[in-house]
Amino acid sequence: MSKLLGIDVGSTTVKVSVLEEDGTVLSSSYVRHFSRVKECVLSELEKIRPYGETYRAAVTGSAGLGLAQRGKISFVQEVQAAYGAIRSLYPDVDVAVELGGEDAKIIFVTGGAEQRMNGSCAGGTGAFIDQMATLLNITVEEMDELSLQAERVYPIASRCGVFAKSDIQPLLNQGAKKSDVAASIFRAVVDQTVSGLAQGRRIKGKVLFLGGPLYFLKGLRKAFCETLGLDDEHAVFPENGPKFMSVGAAMYAKNAKEESLDAIMERLSATSDGDSITVGKPLFASKEEYNAFIRRHQRSDLPFRDIHRYEGDAYLGIDSGSTTTKLMLITPDNEILWSHYQSNNGQPLEIVVSKLRELYSLTREKIVIRGACVTGYGEDMMKAALKIDFGIVETMAHFKAALHFNPEVDFIIDIGGQDIKCFKVKNRAIDSIMLNEACSSGCGSFIQTFAKAMGMEIEDFARLGLFAKRPVELGSRCTVFMNSSVKQAQKEGASVEDISAGLSSSIVKNAIYKVIRARTPDELGSHIVVQGGTFLNDAVLRSFEIETGKEVIRPAIAGLMGAFGAALYAKENTPKDKLLSDIATEAELANFTYASRAVTCNGCTSHCSVNILTFSDGRRFISGNKCERGAGLKPRRDVPDIYAYKYEKLLSMPAPSVEGKRGTVGLPLQLVMYEQLPLWTEFFETCGFQVVLSEKSSRDLYFRGQHTVASDTACYPAKLMHGHIESLLDKGVDFIFYPCESYNLDEHDSVNHYNCPVVAYYPELLKANNERLNGDNFIMPYLDPNDETTAVKALKHALKRYRLPSSLIRKAFRRGLSRMEAWHREICEKGKEITAAAEREGREIIVLAGRPYHADPEINHGINKLLCSLGLAVLSEDAVFEEGKMTKVNVLNQWTYHARLYRAAEYCTHRKNADLVQLVSFGCGIDAITTDEVRAILERSGKLYTQIKIDEINNLGVVKIRLRSLLAAIEEQHRREEE
Amino acid sequence: MKKDDPETLSAPEKDAEGAGTRPQANADIADFTDDYPRFTHEMKATHTILVPDMLPWHFDLLVHVMKREGYKVEVLHNEGREVIDEGLKHVHNDTCFPALCVIGQYINALKSGKYDPAHTAVLITQSGGGCRASNYVPLIRKALKAEFPQVPVLSLNFAGLEKGNGLELDLGFLLRLAYSIFYGDLIMSCFNQTKPYELKEGDSAAARKRCNEEIKRALDSRQYRHLKKYVRLILNAFSAVPVSEEKKIKVGIVGEIYVKYSPLGNSHLEDFLLSENCEPVVPALMDFILYCVINNVNDAKFYGKNKRTALLFRLVYRYVYGKQKKIIAWTKKQGRFEPQHDFEHLRACADKVINQGVKMGEGWLIPAEMAALAETGTHNIVCAQPFGCLPNHIAGKGAARVVKEMYPFANIVPVDYDPSATKVNQENRIKLMLATARERGSSSSEEGGV
Repeated sequence: MSKLLGIDVGSTTVKVSVLEEDGTVLSSSYVRHFSRVKECVLSELEKIRPYGETYRAAVTGSAGLGLAQRGKISFVQEVQAAYGAIRSLYPDVDVAVELGGEDAKIIFVTGGAEQRMNGSCAGGTGAFIDQMATLLNITVEEMDELSLQAERVYPIASRCGVFAKSDIQPLLNQGAKKSDVAASIFRAVVDQTVSGLAQGRRIKGKVLFLGGPLYFLKGLRKAFCETLGLDDEHAVFPENGPKFMSVGAAMYAKNAKEESLDAIMERLSATSDGDSITVGKPLFASKEEYNAFIRRHQRSDLPFRDIHRYEGDAYLGIDSGSTTTKLMLITPDNEILWSHYQSNNGQPLEIVVSKLRELYSLTREKIVIRGACVTGYGEDMMKAALKIDFGIVETMAHFKAALHFNPEVDFIIDIGGQDIKCFKVKNRAIDSIMLNEACSSGCGSFIQTFAKAMGMEIEDFARLGLFAKRPVELGSRCTVFMNSSVKQAQKEGASVEDISAGLSSSIVKNAIYKVIRARTPDELGSHIVVQGGTFLNDAVLRSFEIETGKEVIRPAIAGLMGAFGAALYAKENTPKDKLLSDIATEAELANFTYASRAVTCNGCTSHCSVNILTFSDGRRFISGNKCERGAGLKPRRDVPDIYAYKYEKLLSMPAPSVEGKRGTVGLPLQLVMYEQLPLWTEFFETCGFQVVLSEKSSRDLYFRGQHTVASDTACYPAKLMHGHIESLLDKGVDFIFYPCESYNLDEHDSVNHYNCPVVAYYPELLKANNERLNGDNFIMPYLDPNDETTAVKALKHALKRYRLPSSLIRKAFRRGLSRMEAWHREICEKGKEITAAAEREGREIIVLAGRPYHADPEINHGINKLLCSLGLAVLSEDAVFEEGKMTKVNVLNQWTYHARLYRAAEYCTHRKNADLVQLVSFGCGIDAITTDEVRAILERSGKLYTQIKIDEINNLGVVKIRLRSLLAAIEEQHRREEE
Repeated sequence: MKKDDPETLSAPEKDAEGAGTRPQANADIADFTDDYPRFTHEMKATHTILVPDMLPWHFDLLVHVMKREGYKVEVLHNEGREVIDEGLKHVHNDTCFPALCVIGQYINALKSGKYDPAHTAVLITQSGGGCRASNYVPLIRKALKAEFPQVPVLSLNFAGLEKGNGLELDLGFLLRLAYSIFYGDLIMSCFNQTKPYELKEGDSAAARKRCNEEIKRALDSRQYRHLKKYVRLILNAFSAVPVSEEKKIKVGIVGEIYVKYSPLGNSHLEDFLLSENCEPVVPALMDFILYCVINNVNDAKFYGKNKRTALLFRLVYRYVYGKQKKIIAWTKKQGRFEPQHDFEHLRACADKVINQGVKMGEGWLIPAEMAALAETGTHNIVCAQPFGCLPNHIAGKGAARVVKEMYPFANIVPVDYDPSATKVNQENRIKLMLATARERGSSSSEEGGV
């Protein structure tokens, strides 16, 4: 009798199971395939020979489709394979969750069978966990063990690996415990599964957990059980969890044709590798070309000086980057005495301390460190811990270093492990800065992760690409997408060499076309300096030169440019009479220790996660706080911050004492309500209702509504709305009111004064996906606030059960409109007040331009406070746009909120002390159009443009760098104007 | 763009309590626009107009009509990684996928050397709604500016945008376009109902070709308005194709208009479904046009907007809908083919799921089509949408749950199309949906084919 054979080819592993015809499992195996799918499958098949001669076989899995087609073996979709197996092996299970290498799936068995897979934006999978472990520089197993000792969980963005990284990195740099971070990562995976896959359906009952990660990782299991509230009885983790799909495939194979193992293997090994991938040209046509290239780049170097012989002054630069720490000691003549480059391992401070000790042993008494400067993510902490003289923002450090290599430099691009920084230079000053964002984030660490996944060192992997014959084209977008492009290329038989070269070129394309957004290479300028560790990879450097068609300068110290720039800064800024740096002495270092403690600041409603480092000499360093309060300082009164003002005022808008004789109405304070709250508060209070506001936005509130989020790629403000609705339902209001408005207020400055589609119709989505909502407790009339006649009619109809007379509705509506108008006047007045005060005090003004709902602290993440703490006055777009002219722009100007952006930008162009920072919510499709336009308006009159993309991430590390770079550039600009 | 058009101002009137329009501090206008080439009347004779590969079923006929009016038109069929790469280079990262495909096709074609940029223009449709798709014209202009600043962009819209820079439409031209859409829809529908079952490979394609030729001949004269004659001709042409009795899984395609129809946008979805042994069911393009028309009527009804133009739209609606009803009646009478949706029925379906006020993008039409498909036995539905499409958050993914509740057999899979999402990923999701479909098919009737 023949046996059943199931082969599951996933993105990273191959699983093979052999079953008796009655379903008894004879053997199951699970191995990583390192992209050599065919070879791996064949070697696994060889091992099953002892079980029998003939088999009925089926293939499943995301990477198995091509194999099955070419090998003519029947194929079953993997979720379907699992579904079949679940029903015969675990008939009492209600839901199954399966996490694989790059897929996540959920199968609802009872209560309407439904099967779901993650969409194309896919955080929260095995690959994501691997990536995070790489980031922590530990193995996945170690991460798992650590997570079990966690004491607290930090909020980490789960949607996207890139966002998660930007949450985790600063946590590590601030000294958060690895164990806590590990647990937070698992929690993020769970959140992603719940919000991304369950989409409005609750995961409850008996739950079966499948797939490798859920089998091997106890911490992940724990996180799932805790979040879903499952006890041991309801959470099932089967022994064959990782291989479950292959068992399912074997069961499916029952109807397949019976044949000998040799026949199957023969067909498989005969499959040709497909040729449907696009390939580019090799990086080098010949060895000679390569040699010439290498010779040319060797010219850009710094001279060395022997530290053992040198006597005299020296300056120290430290670049405490997100993944690596770099140090450099130079002489006053810019010779390198000593340098160091190493991975942080998540403990940047320890590394700097140990390296300083090493340095002191080298400098003996002969070398005097006169000044030291630190830059990078860890700047504040290092400066505090080690009493370093200067701290500068990293963009400035890089710029300083580049100037040294080419005084005429007009473009600098730095590709590091985690980020890409580009700046244009005009008149020896930074003119504009571009940093990578979530969807344009392919960087160095990406290649590194890949190299590791293929079981190679990064250097070896990169070298392979240099002479690849057919580099694959992998596209230039998000790393997760690139992952699946690589998967496809592998499936089609691309070699490791071709993939390596392809990745290098992808990173370059991503930088040029997505981060810089250059349309032609000429926009980059003619004197380009490239730097950052990633450019030490010759394949990347070569790809960059090919793509731009220009010869660029890559200093030999490309990876150390930040440290070099910092050292230069220390050299230039140390006063002549200062003979010794303040940096911790050898004696001080000998006894240096520190302890880290995480607390939640209760200074205000932001409840920042604050980290307190206590040093051995009793000093403290606090990080993670968004305002002075967290640092234990007294907040100043009358902060020049219109965001805080607006938010506070809105919260106190509904009168708490008003008894509603007709009942209570709940208004969710989110999206359009941030502007129209005065209108609807006044309207309902006039009509005799008590107005109840939803709770303040918070991450917890978001989680409360997360299970009803239908589209995970919508913007965060929209997704928060679900929590607001839950909150109002829990408060037991008579009904919730939220209107659908295709048209926003007509301010005569746009063609159609539309709302964006999400703002306009979100109530429809809420109603469709929250089973607690119905026609009675959720009232969502379609109305146009500009047209009284139809609005009154719509409101009357919507509230018909209260039998309100039209006259009352009309009166209430009019009063509402005037209150909204008064509110708008108040914002403008406050804006003028802040402007006047700023002028008196000589403060710079930042117009933080977004949407009215960006006033929500959970959405803006306290960027307004950060700006204030940097000594700036903060205005909003709605406070200034009326003072800007009407604008004519290239795009169709047809949304009310967006027309305000253009006018706010116009306002900034003729105010010397005002600059604009645009807040953009991740996933806002319309801002894809407005950002270029706002940038054009500002740049046309020589203003800097800064865009900050916000999502659920909470950490302001990157934002701070960006804002400080902006400030430094503004300062530079002013200085130039004065000269 | 013109501001302060008195027609579009409908601010609440001032009243005793002081509500009213906001004061305008700065009435003068800051102009940030760049100049761009217009498509002048003379260019009609000198310029070749490139059209993106949006509607394979209809463009054959539509382009024929445009040529008849004296335009030199060419539909682009270039595809592949280079097209997408050009798109990625020239369009903002977060802009929707259709813009990227269209722009990629233009630039790739212009770079190919096949066209003289001095004598080439490009054409794009514009719906003028609150979705960012209305911004395709400026986006294309921006993209062309870097390398082909001399190439004018024409707009084909009925919302009064881009005046003096579009096709010169007169009644005869418009009618021919409308009839082309009717005929194109019918050919598409009949083909899809024949192709999966044809006994001899190529028969359906031959019938399609024959029909197209007949219709083109009719469009050259005034014959084309003999609706009944040509509807019958199409129905009969496809009925004549010998088919098998086999039962196949029907899969409906709904979604964003570009990825719904364009093979470049949806990675040849129809072909993929055919290769999976399914029958694709693609709703008519005319429904989308009627949807746009009726939204203007609704705007007047809901918000009292533009009542005068609404009247005109109502007339257009009545005319077109009247024709659609006839085609459906004739199709039913002939008996061989499942007719396409009746638009009033679609509106009724919409009302069960979502308000007709959801009018941006494809809005309420998507859930309406899902419901109508489920009702007529096409339970399996691919909802095709560009990644991050705003209206689709609401009307696509957002509404699927309600449709599933109403039609428990509905088996809906939303598929995101994106420049970097691989075909494997998309097909894997569709395969999952098909697996469910087959399972249901085999449990309810006989063994489903695998």
